[in-house]
Amino acid sequence: MLGSGIIKGLAVTAKNFVGSYFVPERMVTEQYPEDRPKLPENYRSFPLLVSETAEDPMGTLRCVACQICEKECPPQCIYIEKSKDKKPDATGKMQLYPVVFAIDTSVCMSCGLCAELCPFDSIKMDQVFEVAATNRFAGLLLNREQLAKSNAYYHSIRPVEAAEVDARLAADRQAAEAKAKAAAAAKAAAAAAKAAAPAAQPAPAPVAEAPKPPSPAA
Amino acid sequence: MEALDQIRDRLLARFSGASVALVTNPGPAAEHSLLLDPAHAREIALFLRDDSALQLDYCSNATGIDWPEKEIVETKKVSVLDPAGGPAKITEEKTKRVEPGCLEAVYHLYSMALRHGPVVIRMRTANRSDKVNLPSLTPVWRSCDFQEREIFDLYGIVFDGHPDLRRLLMWDEFKDHPMRKDYVDPDDFEWEPTPHAGVLDRAKMHYSAPATLAVSAAPQPEVKP
Amino acid sequence: MITAAPAPFGQSSGPTVRRVNDPLHGDLLEVSMGPQHPSTHGVFRMDVTLDGEVIVKLKPVFGYLHRNHEKIAENTSYLSSMPYTDRLDYLCSMSTNWAYAMAVEKLSGQAVPDRAQYLRVILAELTRIVNHACLVGFLFNDLGTSFTPLLYAFREREKIIDLFEALSGSRMMCNYQRFGGCRVDPTPEWLAAASKLVDNFPRFLDEYETMLTGNEILLARTQGVGRLDPKHAVNAGITGPVLRACGVNYDLRKVDAYGFYPRFDFRVPLGEHGDTYDRYMMRILEMRESVKILQQAFKVLPAGPIMDPKAKLRGFRPKPGETYGRLEGPKGELGFYLLSDGTPNPYRYRVRPPSLINLTLLEEMCLGHTVADAVVILGSIDIVLGEVDR
Ligand code: SF4
Ligand code: SF4
Repeated sequence: MLGSGIIKGLAVTAKNFVGSYFVPERMVTEQYPEDRPKLPENYRSFPLLVSETAEDPMGTLRCVACQICEKECPPQCIYIEKSKDKKPDATGKMQLYPVVFAIDTSVCMSCGLCAELCPFDSIKMDQVFEVAATNRFAGLLLNREQLAKSNAYYHSIRPVEAAEVDARLAADRQAAEAKAKAAAAAKAAAAAAKAAAPAAQPAPAPVAEAPKPPSPAA
Repeated sequence: MEALDQIRDRLLARFSGASVALVTNPGPAAEHSLLLDPAHAREIALFLRDDSALQLDYCSNATGIDWPEKEIVETKKVSVLDPAGGPAKITEEKTKRVEPGCLEAVYHLYSMALRHGPVVIRMRTANRSDKVNLPSLTPVWRSCDFQEREIFDLYGIVFDGHPDLRRLLMWDEFKDHPMRKDYVDPDDFEWEPTPHAGVLDRAKMHYSAPATLAVSAAPQPEVKP
Repeated sequence: MITAAPAPFGQSSGPTVRRVNDPLHGDLLEVSMGPQHPSTHGVFRMDVTLDGEVIVKLKPVFGYLHRNHEKIAENTSYLSSMPYTDRLDYLCSMSTNWAYAMAVEKLSGQAVPDRAQYLRVILAELTRIVNHACLVGFLFNDLGTSFTPLLYAFREREKIIDLFEALSGSRMMCNYQRFGGCRVDPTPEWLAAASKLVDNFPRFLDEYETMLTGNEILLARTQGVGRLDPKHAVNAGITGPVLRACGVNYDLRKVDAYGFYPRFDFRVPLGEHGDTYDRYMMRILEMRESVKILQQAFKVLPAGPIMDPKAKLRGFRPKPGETYGRLEGPKGELGFYLLSDGTPNPYRYRVRPPSLINLTLLEEMCLGHTVADAVVILGSIDIVLGEVDR
């Protein structure tokens, strides 16, 4: 019968209309500013720089200014200037640090390559998606201070990944310490052997204590 | 499907006077190709399409490649005999030669009827400036229509016999061919807060106080001098 | 089997153009449809010459979204182009990623672990569903059914897009595939959610078809509109559902048997008439086949690594050589031609965009039809301007 197709279609529309009040899988509209969307852990927006503590973000940045992210960033929106001096990094090695680290978020395309390639787990993807500014240059150019976020914050947005990173860094640190101790012990032993003092036994290296990973923020 | 050198032999036997060369591909993909001479390319293409053993009825991809002139410096070690009878001296002799450039069009052919492929064919222009004509294969495979227009647009190969050879992506008044390796993009630099690498040079050219900026207080764009 | 006879150039396969030699008959009218026309799916433009309301000439005009993607890719490393490929066909970034990764793997002779191969099939088929759902929704918008079918389709698409977001971090710009594997391993919860969604999908399709497939207006507006005959279609390089709607059995998943597709049992739907209605049905049927593939894939997905341990992200330099890698994208044959000279950047990087080449016969399909039909025909071809203009 002509028109039966249309009537069948209208029946479906009616079912959907009523369903949109009662059936959960048809209730899809989110009342956005009131209901915040629940972001999945992997969600990425713009990069952030992880610092160990929230109190001294500039002193404890993990970034060592190796400039890998700057080179690999596809639209070239990262700008880094290396420091002249060095300071100890997370594993206690002396490293450079960035005196200028800027990301032009008006250019950044949120691809996440920088976070993927950083060998020092320093640059990670943030989840802040409400970014608007009134000034195209000053407002969207994020500098070192604006990019730095504490490790606790990183734990709060990506608990699983951050825990993995912390475990890995802790293991590295432990290995580095053990190596340093072993080196020191070997040196001491060599010195002792040179001195040829028969009584002087090098003290066994104490087991390095694992540094505690910072506790995730509540 | 028969091997590529068999196809070449058949083509050579059939089209007397045509030159068909095998271009080997050293990569792991090992997709070798046939280099056709432009004078016979159209007939050969028709043959490839209609031959019952090949039936390459589908030209999937047509694209251009730019090979600019290359200056090649060859260093040869020459041993010069010492006329005084001493040990032969080895000197290095440098020869410079300029390898002529060309533009190349590459076509990837498949057979939908017999489900085989690809057969890759390529043609080269005589140079990159004035002798840039190649025969169009659009009358053979209609799918080359837009793709040859694109090659014309971006590389500047002129396809003789194309029914509607106009620029495809750039606007009609545009002069250059942007995909050529020596294309210089227009100098329309806009102030950028963090110029680096090549952009920094341009920034310096355009703005008196080049911005290797102290980023903390991002400055406003200066007015151009 | 179809063998293409020489296609005389410019000969229309559609109905012949009405010629009126009536002195009262008015002049031809030239109309520029687009680039800001809501029915052109972006910034596409058609220069249409009209005789009354009937199209006598149609010239597509491209380039409004041209950004020379290929030049950008030639000036950057192989890896850095990966996020740019998301922006080609921005509705199907997962399969575009795969096409590029596949071409690079072919170029460098890299292997891909089993789990990654299965994941690629899963994601590519989910992408096909996303694309076809979008397309069908937009097609109805073009037909004038303002928004109801589109929103129903988008509701389902949104669920898949949410899965992509949970997996790759971004709804549409996934940047997920890597040379030699995938970037993120899905959690068991993700797989369970995806598998549940796929199991529920046929219910949505049934409902959708009840609503629309028998609709008399749809039938009247699409059957016999924009016919394409197989010989011309093959010769013009039309691929994907548009080609199969004409009855040509050419699906790269079967022909090239790339990835792990030979391990799946699925059929290739074929049309008969090559008209807009067949093209619509092709999409619906392909979604059903995709569901079948996905259900099999979730059952057999093995554990294991997702990246080839030898794969290198930074400092990746394939040996000199060239290759053409292609796969069956949702819109047709999506190919990447790569030429390496041994440096970290490709010497030549070329995308074979199915959307662009499927437009080759647009004029022939539209001749003799009205403007309103041209809109529907364009909608049924399925183009994305990010890919057409690159
Ligand atoms: S963020 Fe990472 S990759 Fe970038 S400079 Fe710092 S340490 Fe290097
Ligand atoms: S997310 Fe991508 S575009 Fe943005 S800074 Fe990182 S590498 Fe650059």
